[in-house]
Amino acid sequence: MEIFQYAFMQRALLAGVLIGAICAVIGVYMVLRGLAFLGAGIAHASFGGVALGFLLKINPLLSAIVFCLATAWGIGYTARKGQIKEDVAIGILFASTLALGILIIGLMPSYNVDLFGYLFGSILAVTPFDLLLTAGLGVGVLLTVALFYKELLYISFDPEMAQASGLPVSRLYFLLLGLIAITVVISLKVVGILLVTALLVTPAAAAYQLTQDIRTMMFLAVLLGVGAAVGGVLLSYVLNTASGATIVLLSTLSFFLAASLSPQRRRARRRDMSG
Amino acid sequence: MNEAIIELAKVSAAYNGELALQEVSLTVQRGEFLAIVGPNGSGKTTLLKVVLGLLRPLAGRVRVFGRPPWQLGTERWRIGYVPQVHQADLRFPVNAYQTVLMGRYGQLGLFHRPGPRDRAAAEQALERVALSELAQHPIGKLSGGQRQRVYLARALVAQPELLLLDEPTTGVDPGASESFYELLSSLHAEGLTIVLISHDVGVVAQQVDQVACLNRRLIVHGRPQEVLSSEALAQMYGCEAVLFLHGRVPHIVVERPEENRS
Repeated sequence: MEIFQYAFMQRALLAGVLIGAICAVIGVYMVLRGLAFLGAGIAHASFGGVALGFLLKINPLLSAIVFCLATAWGIGYTARKGQIKEDVAIGILFASTLALGILIIGLMPSYNVDLFGYLFGSILAVTPFDLLLTAGLGVGVLLTVALFYKELLYISFDPEMAQASGLPVSRLYFLLLGLIAITVVISLKVVGILLVTALLVTPAAAAYQLTQDIRTMMFLAVLLGVGAAVGGVLLSYVLNTASGATIVLLSTLSFFLAASLSPQRRRARRRDMSG
Repeated sequence: MNEAIIELAKVSAAYNGELALQEVSLTVQRGEFLAIVGPNGSGKTTLLKVVLGLLRPLAGRVRVFGRPPWQLGTERWRIGYVPQVHQADLRFPVNAYQTVLMGRYGQLGLFHRPGPRDRAAAEQALERVALSELAQHPIGKLSGGQRQRVYLARALVAQPELLLLDEPTTGVDPGASESFYELLSSLHAEGLTIVLISHDVGVVAQQVDQVACLNRRLIVHGRPQEVLSSEALAQMYGCEAVLFLHGRVPHIVVERPEENRS
């Protein structure tokens, strides 16, 4: 296969495997804790961070990391304080950080074509530095999840009990928010700002349809996430389509397949027919 | 062997910005089985949260095992807790055994995985609530009564000295509810100190040896027969109420309930 000989394809595929797996793992916690909207909010906030990077002439991913972490923790802090509901806080920051990005882009002397790649993802745009950043941070995210596995499980399942048994629930919640923010940023180049939520949530949601065991759910989510990412990258090359959109649609397809195969649904249908 | 496990002295506390407890003084001795009864919004759950150390009181003195409960630190395992029914997601992908094992997490500390001792304790706790056969069942597939027994096992798995329960049989059918209370009775007989919240005055009257009536203030505290007089209930519910103890199930008759609406 000639396509594997191109350096950019190798980078794109490697990035696809990495972010497919990392997004799936973080996505499991997002699905179980109902944080899908938060992921979308952080993803949109990254646009402000990327634009800031262009303006300051530093790598946009680096500025996006700082920006997204600040946004994620800002949302978490406001929600914890209890004065504003979490979804309202997300709704406000979602739009305002995007607006900030648009404003910054408008201020810049020349229109930057690269921006489109950040919005919708582009396999061509994955540079060796991006790949290094993705690999480094991605391994960091996975290691953190492995280290805090039982704590993250407990605060996702029953935060009140977790707190009652002495776990630092608040700090763990902020840790999870930070992990989501980092995962969003390292996925930007391949799937894009507007589509990254799908790669986070869809494989985990599909796996959720198929099992009632958390480890199996993680395993299936990673399998589906990597499958969609790699399949999407290859398919986008062959069909000459946008990589991010192809990955997301492939992932969506796997979700509907999983939903139709879901043991829970089959049982529910049987109940409907008998009752 | 009188040893005060919980001591509240003139405790006031607010929950969600509203004063929920006002100058409540209450002592629970080791080995007691206390039921806290009262209408909705009477501060029962707030009281438990204060005892658990999840909520700091605005005023007053709280001691659990002789210390402020938020300073229990690594000795937190001495309190077992069964929260209200709706707290956890029923579709969460864990089974009964994994749920019970979570009760050990607090003691393990960060970065430590459950070992053979923790697993043995989880199996033992499931056996104690007679659910060993359902250990591998997903939590969402259990009946309401079985699920409450799983949460009880999770509270017991750290071998606590004090057990707190918040309306443990809400939404559980009467048969399962009765066997749940029998389980609590036998735990009490083994020496466990139990504090139970209930809005069901009738059921608890049969099981416990102490009752406290709460309606933001502590109305009365004592033995069930003494406490559950019409006078105390009337004061608690703000209307005339009479408890009939006949047959197996006591009945409360509340008169002029329309005046109690608020």
